[in-house]
Amino acid sequence: MTLTTIIFAGILTYFTRMTMIALISRDMLGDKIKAVLEYVPSAVFPAIIFPGIFINDFGTFIEMNDPKIFGALVAVIVGYFSKNIIATISAGLVSYWFLIFVVFS
Amino acid sequence: MLSKKQLFTRGMLDISPHMLSVIPFGIICGAIGVELGFHPYLVYAMSFIIFGGASQIVFLQLLSGGASSLVAVASVGIINSRHLLYGAVLSEYLEKLSFIKKLLISYVVVDQGFAESNKFFKKNRSEEFLHYHLIGTGCTMWVCWQIATLSGIVLGSFVPEELGLKFAIPLTFIAIVVQDLKKLDHVIVMITCGLSSLLFFEAPFKSYIIISPVIALFVAALLLRLKK
Repeated sequence: MTLTTIIFAGILTYFTRMTMIALISRDMLGDKIKAVLEYVPSAVFPAIIFPGIFINDFGTFIEMNDPKIFGALVAVIVGYFSKNIIATISAGLVSYWFLIFVVFS
Repeated sequence: MLSKKQLFTRGMLDISPHMLSVIPFGIICGAIGVELGFHPYLVYAMSFIIFGGASQIVFLQLLSGGASSLVAVASVGIINSRHLLYGAVLSEYLEKLSFIKKLLISYVVVDQGFAESNKFFKKNRSEEFLHYHLIGTGCTMWVCWQIATLSGIVLGSFVPEELGLKFAIPLTFIAIVVQDLKKLDHVIVMITCGLSSLLFFEAPFKSYIIISPVIALFVAALLLRLKK
């Protein structure tokens, strides 16, 4: 790996960040597209969440009794009611650790 | 009307809870790079030049697995292409900025910063210096990411692997979208995206990360049509 490869990857990444902000004027997007863009967080983040839970480090599906599924469910419930980011992450991690270190150990 | 400083601070505060997952992940990223046998300076250069969590790990893994530079660069580009969607959403609020400011601010647009600033923007449309909130979230993320990856590079993986801290990443994003579970249309869009991401997980160049949002946005467009 050379620095050049990293620089190319960096330039490409920067373009993904900059293109829509600096090169596209908002008027070029119609009202319909703007309405659809309201859904961007809901349409993007599950693509990080689902594989992070259901697919393990080796790229295969986890078992249905995997502690991560339980941890994620606890996080969803705690997050929904607490509206607190730290509480959501901690609840998910602690319940996950409880299963791997106490119950399944 | 909030001052620039107040907005910047608000941005810092809004993103700081996410550091609970970002910092361990950064340490892991730095440590993995060195473990895979790459020079520490190059591993750190990625945090500065690419500045994109998961894409940095994939980049290293591909190269250490013998993939060509072209494949590695293409994968980083595809994984990070989701920023195009963030930019499209943010452009509405950043319209009035000068071209130079737009170019500078773009460097610090990251997932969690976009998510938190976008929430803030929606509620505070009338603020004059809104972009300072985005600078606040972005700079906080940048500083923490640099420190975390550097410590991983220097100290190695001092975060015990058994803790499975990579799991904090999906949790951080659950915290971001969980309130939208109140809205049925958002739930449908989320499930579409999530299931598509599992279905297309094997697609080349990690392209599931952009294929599934595109499918989900298509479903969102259909839902909007049905609503009328």
